[in-house]
Amino acid sequence: MVSLFREKTQRADGQVLEINFGPQHPSTHGVFRLHTLVDGETIREVKPVMGYLHRNQEQISENLTYTGFIGFTDRMDYINAIPNNFSFVLAAEKLAGIEVPERADHIRIIMAELARIVNHMAVVGFLLNDLGAAFTPLLYAFRERELILDIFEDLTGSRMMCNYFRIGGVKSDLSEQHLATIKKMAARLPKFLDEFETLLTNNEILCMRCQNTGILSPETAVNSGITGPALRASGVNYDIRKTDRYSLYGRFDFKVPLGKTGDVYDRYYVRILEIRESLNILRQAVAALPRGEFINKKTAAFIRSPRNFKPPVGEAYARTESPKGELGFYILSDGTPQPWRCHARAPSLINLSALETMCVGQKIADMMIILGSIDIVLGETDR
Amino acid sequence: MIFDPVFIRLKALFLDLCARFFPEWVVMLASIVISAVVILVMGPVIMMYLTLLERKLLGRIQNRYGPNRVGIWGLLQPVADGIKMFIKEDIVPAHADKIIHLLAPVVTVVPSLMVFLVVPFGNGMTAVNLNIGILYFVAISSITTIPIFMGSWASRNKFSVLGGMRAAAQMISYEAPMTLAIVPVIMASQTLATATIVESQGGGFGMNWFIFTPWGLLGFIIYFFCAIAECNRPPFDLPEAESELIAGFHTEYSGMKFALFYMAEYMNAFTLSAIAVTLFLGGWQGPFLPSWIWFFGKTFLLVCVMIWFRGTFLRFRVDHLMGFAWKFLLPLSLINILIAGLWFLTPAIAAWALTAGLVVASFFVFVKLNKTFVPEKRTYVLAD
Amino acid sequence: MSGAGCGKEYGKFVKKSVPFFGWGVLCGLWVTLKNFITSYFRKPDEGGIFTVQYPEECLPDFEASRNFPFLVYDETPEKPRCVACGICERECPVKCIHVLMAKDENGKPLRRPAAFDIDYSLCMNCGNCEEVCPFNSIFMDHEHKIAAYDRKDLMRPMQKLLKSNSYFHSIRPRDAEAIDRAIKEAAEKKKAAVPAKPAPSPEAPKS
Repeated sequence: MVSLFREKTQRADGQVLEINFGPQHPSTHGVFRLHTLVDGETIREVKPVMGYLHRNQEQISENLTYTGFIGFTDRMDYINAIPNNFSFVLAAEKLAGIEVPERADHIRIIMAELARIVNHMAVVGFLLNDLGAAFTPLLYAFRERELILDIFEDLTGSRMMCNYFRIGGVKSDLSEQHLATIKKMAARLPKFLDEFETLLTNNEILCMRCQNTGILSPETAVNSGITGPALRASGVNYDIRKTDRYSLYGRFDFKVPLGKTGDVYDRYYVRILEIRESLNILRQAVAALPRGEFINKKTAAFIRSPRNFKPPVGEAYARTESPKGELGFYILSDGTPQPWRCHARAPSLINLSALETMCVGQKIADMMIILGSIDIVLGETDR
Repeated sequence: MIFDPVFIRLKALFLDLCARFFPEWVVMLASIVISAVVILVMGPVIMMYLTLLERKLLGRIQNRYGPNRVGIWGLLQPVADGIKMFIKEDIVPAHADKIIHLLAPVVTVVPSLMVFLVVPFGNGMTAVNLNIGILYFVAISSITTIPIFMGSWASRNKFSVLGGMRAAAQMISYEAPMTLAIVPVIMASQTLATATIVESQGGGFGMNWFIFTPWGLLGFIIYFFCAIAECNRPPFDLPEAESELIAGFHTEYSGMKFALFYMAEYMNAFTLSAIAVTLFLGGWQGPFLPSWIWFFGKTFLLVCVMIWFRGTFLRFRVDHLMGFAWKFLLPLSLINILIAGLWFLTPAIAAWALTAGLVVASFFVFVKLNKTFVPEKRTYVLAD
Repeated sequence: MSGAGCGKEYGKFVKKSVPFFGWGVLCGLWVTLKNFITSYFRKPDEGGIFTVQYPEECLPDFEASRNFPFLVYDETPEKPRCVACGICERECPVKCIHVLMAKDENGKPLRRPAAFDIDYSLCMNCGNCEEVCPFNSIFMDHEHKIAAYDRKDLMRPMQKLLKSNSYFHSIRPRDAEAIDRAIKEAAEKKKAAVPAKPAPSPEAPKS
């Protein structure tokens, strides 16, 4: 294998060891390689190597209708499909200038916030596994996640690959029964979070491991384009739900939790606080859900005949606050039913850019939790 | 108490039978062979069912059933696992040092089995009543570092080497406070023989255990932490840290060789708990029930606590682990020896108060000296 | 602090402090112990055992859940609802559907499929075929035990895909009834407006 550190491994003192973490490694969250240079247990350099899960999604979009591609966006960030749908559909609507009925917007926000809860639970669970817990926090988190996935399956037909949003609205309506389940879930989750926090938040070993490891300064974070909870843990108040107020987020009252230190612990705790804020939005959205259409009447026909949706020549970029950060879709249309070019600005990929800055000088064990705490999904990184 | 000496009676009966037909040296040999066979069978069987117990308890902690497919309650699961291990392909890396790679798992099991010799399983049920039993245990249990390092070095894998390095550093570090934690017990019972230590905890319905004294309690806590670290169990499982080093020192082992490493680990967990019971929890002493039931009950309770820790805790980091041993456990165990000395000079209440004061004081000093160990108080802003 | 969009601070959230060093660890032990004990008698979603013993017990299917497509026939498998228009074939994002229209001796299309194959190994369960079908013919099944030893076995020919309308009713009663009603109404309207205009001609399959 060609070494990325040719000169450095041949240093005179001969103390450094070149190790490949991955592509097959229990805590690289998929097929991902960390080409590292370690001095004893201390990390000297890290080069993330990605592309093992490249599936050519952007090229695929050029051969599909807009509706057909929504199913593919599910597969980008496969932990939470709905925010991907959201971003893509917003971009397509912007391109064609389509209005969305209020009910549909409410349903979208409810689903997106549920997906955020699912994602943050999975991330915290997996982070704890990287920290060496024997699956206990992960399985507690998955217990609740499973109940939310049941709501997804009941409504959209699939637990994870929801394929739920459509241009101008959503695929199917939210019934009273679904609403009751969501309300029950929103009442149940705070209790679970309290228990979860009792298990973890004040745990001395967790604090020892996480506090002051992998510090990301706000300057570095902004300069490397990091978004999402990783950025907010560094103390930068940047949440696209607040800055853009896309969809109906301007109407709901919620706060943006910010950390100060920007270490792994802050990234963990900001996520826990975000789950609580998401529940807040969820409650408001369920209470405010108006009657009406769940899809724009003009665009409802595009579900039956996707090839009739031909946005005018032009380009559009829409971004949403996906649980991992700023997820944007840039679409170029040439007036045909297929996008001429579609690019995804994937937070997983861009959040990796500061990995080396965070890892250098830390221990091997820290590198794994730093990687876990910036929350990447390889499906989205490589697309 | 007719059930108490049942195993001893059985052995005596058998030896009597032998004495009628064979010369005396055969009887002596038979006596040794019986003890050896019992230990050689008991070790692996305990290990097999500890794996099952661990998986069951972890399952319950995580709100799921453990293994329940093979046999009733999954009781045949360890057998199935064993068969699977036997028939698996044995892979040796191309550039490995083949002899040492083969030797390491074999050597690992030996010290774990040897410790069984001095464990008093019941009244008069010590295989070899060595008069230096505890010294023997300390000496033997520190050998386990060597086969682990052999295996890690011979695999010629970077992850293995890192795991082996961690194992060596960790085991040597925790050896020191563990030995020092044992010292007060030796001071109190004035012997190194395990059976005599247990006997000195008798009296008062057999409840005169060392753990009910201040130095015994503190010593037990120190010893138990060190024991967990000695047998590489979470939260001190750094040598085989799954999320960092894949499988640490046994990354390149498969099939029966891997099973032997696994067996050594679980037998270590059992023997270290057994020694903890012997030293601090009164061994086989206890009212009403036969001695061996008391012994096994206490030991399995300690093993369950180890499993409970595994289900709850995260892994330490390597520098924290070292700091914990050298900066916290070692001074505390030295203070413990002082406390034990004072215990025999002062009345009980004063000793308890003194102990409490010393422990709290040392705790505070520790917390003051090790800022990195103490969680920071964090403030989070909820911005608009 | 520098950085984009530093907002006004709304309020402070202070973390709970611990009484002494080691408290957090003891709390964690308490939580796991509690879960261990409750796993013996509580209900699944209240701290009891949450897993399902799969081959013996299954979670109930949701009506809307979707796995793989199947074709509906009304009376006999010889008369499927499908008219081989090929819309699903064209709109399938992964191109796993292959339709061939039946023709009589003169080469005139017969408005029914001669062959209808779906490659289950390619299908990504998106459900788009169900949405685009104008004849309510293709639907997503709940069948999930389709594992096979050979990839060829996942290529489903029409005989295996065709399932009766009553089966469709059994898995998705709400949708099936709505569709039956719609078909009935359409038929009555057609009967009322005699002479009916010919049914929408099937789109020619794309070459």
